[in-house]
Parts: sequence; structure tokens; C-alpha cells
Amino acid sequence: MATRAFAIIAALTVAGLVIGPVTAVILRAEAFSGFTPADGQALRFTLVQATLSAALSVLFAIPLARALARRQFPGRGVLVALLGAPFILPVIVAVLGLIAVFGQTGLLNRALAPLGLPEMQIYGLHGVLIAHVFFNLPLATRLILQGWLAVPAEQFRLAATLGLGPRAVWSSIEAPMLMRIVPGAFAVIFVICLSSFAVALTLGGGPRATTLELAIYQSMRFDFDLARAAALGLVQLGLALTAGLIALKITSVPVAARGLDRVVPRWDGQGALSKGLDTMWISLAAAFLLTPLAMVALSGLAGIPTLGASVWQAAGHSITVALGSTLLCLLWALPLATRWGEWLGLAGIALSPLVLGIGLFLIVRPFANPFDLALYVTATVNAFVSLPFVLRILRPEAEAIRADYTRLRAALGLSGWAWLRWVFLPRLKRPLGFAAGLTAALSMGDLGVIALFADPDRATLPLKVFQLMGAYRMEQAAGAALLLLILSLGLFWALDRGGRVGSAS
Amino acid sequence: MALHLDHIHVQAGDFTLAADLRLHAGSRTAIIGASGSGKSTLLDVIAGFRAPTQGRVRWHDHDLTAQPPAKRPISILFQDTNLFPHLTIGENLALALNPRTGRVSAEERARIDDVLARVGLAGFAPRRMSDMSGGQQSRAALARVLVQDRPVLLLDEPFSALGPALKTEMLDLVMEIANASGMTVLLVTHDPAEARRFAPQIVVVEQGKAWPPTETGPLLDNPPTGLRAYLGS
Repeated sequence: MATRAFAIIAALTVAGLVIGPVTAVILRAEAFSGFTPADGQALRFTLVQATLSAALSVLFAIPLARALARRQFPGRGVLVALLGAPFILPVIVAVLGLIAVFGQTGLLNRALAPLGLPEMQIYGLHGVLIAHVFFNLPLATRLILQGWLAVPAEQFRLAATLGLGPRAVWSSIEAPMLMRIVPGAFAVIFVICLSSFAVALTLGGGPRATTLELAIYQSMRFDFDLARAAALGLVQLGLALTAGLIALKITSVPVAARGLDRVVPRWDGQGALSKGLDTMWISLAAAFLLTPLAMVALSGLAGIPTLGASVWQAAGHSITVALGSTLLCLLWALPLATRWGEWLGLAGIALSPLVLGIGLFLIVRPFANPFDLALYVTATVNAFVSLPFVLRILRPEAEAIRADYTRLRAALGLSGWAWLRWVFLPRLKRPLGFAAGLTAALSMGDLGVIALFADPDRATLPLKVFQLMGAYRMEQAAGAALLLLILSLGLFWALDRGGRVGSAS
Repeated sequence: MALHLDHIHVQAGDFTLAADLRLHAGSRTAIIGASGSGKSTLLDVIAGFRAPTQGRVRWHDHDLTAQPPAKRPISILFQDTNLFPHLTIGENLALALNPRTGRVSAEERARIDDVLARVGLAGFAPRRMSDMSGGQQSRAALARVLVQDRPVLLLDEPFSALGPALKTEMLDLVMEIANASGMTVLLVTHDPAEARRFAPQIVVVEQGKAWPPTETGPLLDNPPTGLRAYLGS
């Protein structure tokens, strides 16, 4: 009974967190009276950049996944594991790294200059695309690699005995598999990029490179035009909901991929050309993904000693927010780790953090100064946004525990407390640690709703990095970014490790 | 003094089960029948995992029908999952003894040690299942049942993971302990030899009906038509 009561309380809180802010936004939107041509442009840009980002990510992921699926080489396991890392990488850290490579004085321009080639610009559409591909190429690669590894080994054996050439193997085995996997991968990345805020905030901007989310932020932050922000929020909500439902319909690929560490034996593609091409794709991808991070680490090392007290204070805020949102997210997730709970949690994907932030702002404003509550709102929104991922991680194990021990529990008559203390939590420890690590890292790196609310006294570390970048204090920005990277990965490692030590499952 | 199943009727879709039985306290009864005949349903109704559509389950004068499993004077040995594998044997028995908190007093701890000694597992309290052989795990499961100290014991195809010799040894131990403490035992089994060895009386479940208990030997020597096909005799 007590378990059900907790589930109902958790469900009501989550539902309230969806319905309340969305209602506040709808009421405030005033029938789109504040909608301007610039907002139409923002809508167009949002769709264009999401389409291109998803298309490019998938396009590059296909040869990369194929190379990883059929080549064994030292460091392959590490590279495949690293493909999971961008998920918990703070956006602002990656952006700083990408600027160091593709920016005006970055590595690439320094290499291009002696050749007399034109300088590359990172700000604008192509900067947004580079960053989105940086984040989503690994995701697309993992999804497609999973498809490749799911092809039964017998099919490649059959192809070898029939003597099929690369073209025939492609059309008879690989292309049909890709037709199944690619639409889902495209849809997932499209949805992710649709709600992209931090990338657009740092690399976009201006009338030609503003996403809806960025327009919401600007109308709040610069014009304090709540009606316009709410109207934009409504459009964003409709867009994300529609795209999210379509993606859910056509995506069958699970989020947590397993068994990517093996290679399917192949008899085709042994020629020098295909070996060379595979090597090229793997090297290019590794360079594209690792160089920016190496640049952050290198320039950050010099920057860390120069960090002022405000950066350390922001780091303290970030850790507090991360731990708070992790606790809140787990309190929601434990009773909601069921089928219908996971459906409820999907709202965390459909509802953009900024829309949620605006809604909460509107609700809180009559009673308190929303800016005073910035960190609380951020922690709540971050917990909400992580909920669908956490539920996806916890639910299979939670359901297995319930299925395996329901009769024994009933036969013994275990109380709710004894069940939780002696059975449920100990057996759930490993996925719980992983989920906590993920939530903490996501929250630590979040640069979303905090940008709407925060004043300098309540900045989190990602916001501080952004402010330092805006003030062109690049060395300090790099130092703070490195600190952010260490703290995010450190929190993830510590919580995940905590779940593994002495784990029951 | 008996376990009564008064006009029990279970209906679930096309499946029906009718039972009207009286099993004397201290008796040992085998339940036999083909897969899907309703043996497990019968056991579930007695244990309290399933409510009958009609009828009552009684122990002496106490109506158990509305009681949850843990409140019934019944302990049950499942086919598998009789203990939580991540807990030590001592912790498992402590939970069986005190399902509200899982904490036990010094006196209760002594009782746990005593029960473990009775099943031949003296000193095994700090061990986990993963450190024990199949036979030892079965003994630990039996210890869990004994520590609950209830007058009725249901055995749902127990020890099916063990080899024939070890299985017989374990069932011998169960019956020895059950006899010593006057427990009423119900054993669901597929194996006629097992039924002969351990249960003087037998309940046949076929085509949705549990027949009243009858002597095991004569019934298995001359089984009714439905059971004959199942036994292959």
C-alpha cells in the first residue's frame, strides 16, 4: 500500500510539473499577439538546423559504424566506449573545444592560412551543425553499429560462400538493415537538435541563426516580453511533441546498447581500398571527437590556477544543484519504474527545459522573486529532464526484481520498508548508481534554464564558463571548462562506481 | 483438526477448478496431475496467492479465505527462489522471522542457529547462496520454512534442480522434520515414485477437478483412465 502511495505522489508531482507550467505558458501566450516575423525565421532555422544536423550525423555515422563493425584494432573498445561519453559531456566544454579547433584562431585556420585557403567561421549555421554533429555522430554511430552487429553472422558466411562482391553484400545485407535503423536514428537526433539551446546560445545567435529556444531566452532575458516568450514556448512545445511522437513511432532501437565490444567476422571488404577507407573514417572520427577535448584539457590546465573565487563559488552551486537534482530524480524514478511511469517520464523529453522554466517563472512570480529561486528551479528542471533516461535504465531491473520475488515477498509478508531496505534497493544498486551518475553529470553540465534566471551570485559553473567566454577571458574560460569537465566526469564515475561496489545484481 | 477446502471453485476464462477436500492435521498428501490440470492453482488457493471464485479455505475453525499468504498458518517451498540470493543465509532467516524490519534479537539469532543445525548447516549463517552447493541451498530454503514455524507445509515440486539421489535425500529430511513437528504436508509432484515414498494419501487433479484424497499405493497400482494416460501406464 505504502509503495502505491509513493507511486501516486511521485506521479502527481511529475504530472503537476508538466500541467502547471504548460498551462501557465498557454494562458500567458495571449493568442500569439507577440509573434513577429523574426519568430517565423527562428522556427524555420530550428527546423533547418535540426534536419541538417540529423542528416549529417547519420550520413557520417554509416561508414564509421561499418568500419567499427568489421575492423578489429588496438583501442577499438576505448573508442566505442568514448562514443557514449558525449551524452554526459557538458555542452559548453565541447563548444569551447570546438572553438579551439574550428574557431577564428583555431587549429584548422592556423593550418589553412599558409595554404592561402579562406578562413573558417564557427559562428552561425555551420558552427551549430559542427557542434550538433560532434554530439550526435557518436549516438548515431552507436545506434547503427548495433544494427550492424545484430546482422546474423550466418548472412556474411552465406555471402562469402556465394562469392558476393562488396556491392552485392551492400544491397542484400547492409542496405536493408540500414533502411530499418536509419529513420529511427535520424528521428531521435532531429528531436534532440530541435530543443538545442546551449549550442545555439554559444555558436548561433543573430537573426539568421536563432533557434526557437534561443528566441525564448532572448525575449525573456533582453526584452522581458513574457507574452512572446510564452507564445514561442507554445510553438516549441507543439513542435517537440509532434516530432517526439513520430520519433517514438518509428524508433525501435534501445537507448542502452550492449555488446558493442565485439566484431562480426566478415569475408568481404578485405581489399586495400576498403581497409584504407575504413581506417580513414575511424581516424577522422577519432580526431574530430578527441581533438576538441584535448584542446580544452591543454588550455584549461594553464587556466585553472587563474580561476577567481566566483568560479569556485559557481562550482559549489553546480555540485549542490547536481546532487539535489539527482536525489529528486531518484525519488521520482524509484516508485515510477513501471510501464506507465515510463510513459509519464517521456514528458521529460517532449517538454523543453526552457518552456518548463518560463512556466515555473510565471507560476512563482506572484509569490516570490523567481531569480532568488534560480538554483531550486534549475535542480527541479534538471531532475525532470533526466527522468526518462533514468526510468529507461531502472525499469527493466526493477520489474525483474518484482517479478522474481513477488511470491517470496508475499509468503514472508515483508513490510514495505523491509522490502526496500533488504531486497529492492540492494538488488537495484548497480543501475541506480549508473542512473545517479548520469543525472548528476547531466545536471552538472546543464546550461539551459539557469541562463534564464541566474544573476551573477547564483551562476552555475557552465553559466560561468559562458560568461567568461562572453567577456573574452578565454584562458579562465578554458580553466573553468576543464574544472567542469573533471567535476562532471568525476561525479559520474563516483556514483556509478558506488553502485558497482558490493552490488547484488 | 484439519485443513478444509470447502466447495472451492476457481474460474479464470476457460479454466475451472473445483475442490472440496479435508486433509487431517499431520497428514501427508501428494497432489498429482497433468500440466495445466490445476495443481498449482490449487496450491495457490491454499497458500493465498489466488482467491477462489467461490468457497472457503479453513484451518480448524479459522477462515483463511481473506487472509494474505503471510498471515496464514502455512509456509511454502517454491520450485525456485526460496531465498534472496544477495543476502546471507542469516539475513534471509532473520527476514522470515521478522518481516517488518529484518532485525532479530539475540534469542531469535540463537533460534536461527538452532534451525540451521537441524538442517545440517551449522555455522552457515554468514554465507551467501553463491558460496553454497545445490544441496546446501536446498537445506537453507528448508531452514527458512522451519524458522517460520507454521503447522502446514506446501511443497511445490521442490528441489527440482537437484539430481535424483540428492532430491530423495532432501525429501527424506523434510519428511523427517515434518513428522517430528506434526506438520501437515502437501507435496505437488509429477513423479509417482515420489508420491508413493512420501505421501500415504494422494489427491488427483484432472479436468478441472481435485478428487478427494485416497490411498496412494492402490490408486497408483490401478490408476483411473485420465491419470493412466498421464502416467504412461
